[in-house]
Amino acid sequence: MKKIIALEIISGWDRNTIASKIAKDLPHGSYVNLGIGMPELVSQYIEGGREIVYHSENGLLGMGPPPQENEIDLDLVNAGKKPVTILPGGSFCHHADSFSMIRGGHIDYCVLGAMEVSIKGDLANWSTGTGIPAVGGAMDLVAGSKHVFVMTQHLTKEGEPKLVKQCSLPLTGASVVSRIYSDYATLDITDKGFKVLELNENITLDYLQMVTDGNVYQ
Amino acid sequence: MKINKIMNEMSDLLSDVFDGATIMIGGFGEAGSPIELLHGLIDNGAKNLTIIANNAGNGRVGLGALIGQNQVKKVICSFARSAKGITFPELYAKGKIELEVVPQGTLAERIRAAGAGIPGFYTATGVGTPLAEGKEEKLFNGKKYILENALHADFAFVKADVADRYGNLTYNKTARNFNPIMCMAAKQSIVQVRNIIDPKDTDPEQVVTPGIFVNRIIKIENPIIESKAIAEGAVYP
Repeated sequence: MKKIIALEIISGWDRNTIASKIAKDLPHGSYVNLGIGMPELVSQYIEGGREIVYHSENGLLGMGPPPQENEIDLDLVNAGKKPVTILPGGSFCHHADSFSMIRGGHIDYCVLGAMEVSIKGDLANWSTGTGIPAVGGAMDLVAGSKHVFVMTQHLTKEGEPKLVKQCSLPLTGASVVSRIYSDYATLDITDKGFKVLELNENITLDYLQMVTDGNVYQ
Repeated sequence: MKINKIMNEMSDLLSDVFDGATIMIGGFGEAGSPIELLHGLIDNGAKNLTIIANNAGNGRVGLGALIGQNQVKKVICSFARSAKGITFPELYAKGKIELEVVPQGTLAERIRAAGAGIPGFYTATGVGTPLAEGKEEKLFNGKKYILENALHADFAFVKADVADRYGNLTYNKTARNFNPIMCMAAKQSIVQVRNIIDPKDTDPEQVVTPGIFVNRIIKIENPIIESKAIAEGAVYP
């Protein structure tokens, strides 16, 4: 892997702005699974009268926002084991049914974080190769969802590219990612490389290419 | 004589749990985790257990306590890392406990398959990843899948909300999770419930786990709340 250290890390969109860009691309009526952490922000930015149904892998369809302090129910939690609510029209199911929604191709979009994404759409987001290995539902989500969106910083904290020719970390899935929303750009995975759909106003295409390990084009 | 799966003494409920048994433990984190049954298993003292669960316990109550008592030789789960996990990380770092990592949906489907009499199945989950190593691959319509085997167990330890004497179960919200499929996959499923009702009051349309999948029931009206117990520094035994 080409290790580029960006000399100067330019700040791009903040995470709320990235979340709002993803939210704009989720069609009305779609069934969506948001990964734990940064992707959870996406639900705050659904506008224009659209209705999205959120799936939580632990057997909840129609997940709502976090409860008020006095309404917390420890039997009603999300995939991160945090208290949530259920909206009208929501339902509970057991784990095999919940994962049939994922593995059977019924989830339209999942939005996940990434450690690395390759130019072929390979995703690494479950293991740094050290510590206790723990995968959760990530491999099921990338294998079964119709569209896999990645929400990520373009660079690691050390200034290394996360968009790479080949992942060096253990894969979550091979050729599974369709689109990447980073703080620098929105990019589609294509046969010719990372295709830029939108570029942050502070970033030139040359700079984006410099901090991306793999062909970038517009 | 009437069918009655309800038992009153924890020691009777778990009396045949043996050394080396494979036990499924319901729950997703603390939601639906049968804490009292796990404490009963600590009192029972069976060792060299293989545990099938989604997680590997928190603190020193429930599954965390069982592991801390060195009664478990192997954990099969999807996510063994937890901010509040103590006992599993300790033993794992020392190489004193085995871990088989299974993607969560594959774990659920392997359990469901066992309950449905399906010895194995092909899935796209895990293809091209380290978790596919050593597994048979097959192409269907040009797409690659891997073979996964059913997961059976000697016992399932399950938490439900309401039962009747036939073993018909309903659950509470997302505390349902792995519990219904584990009841189906184990030779003996042992269930703790908050409430027991007369079968006349069981609504057949609402039953989630039909009684055929359930063997023994105990009523635990006010179960321990794991996170609260851990926050209070609880340690079992």
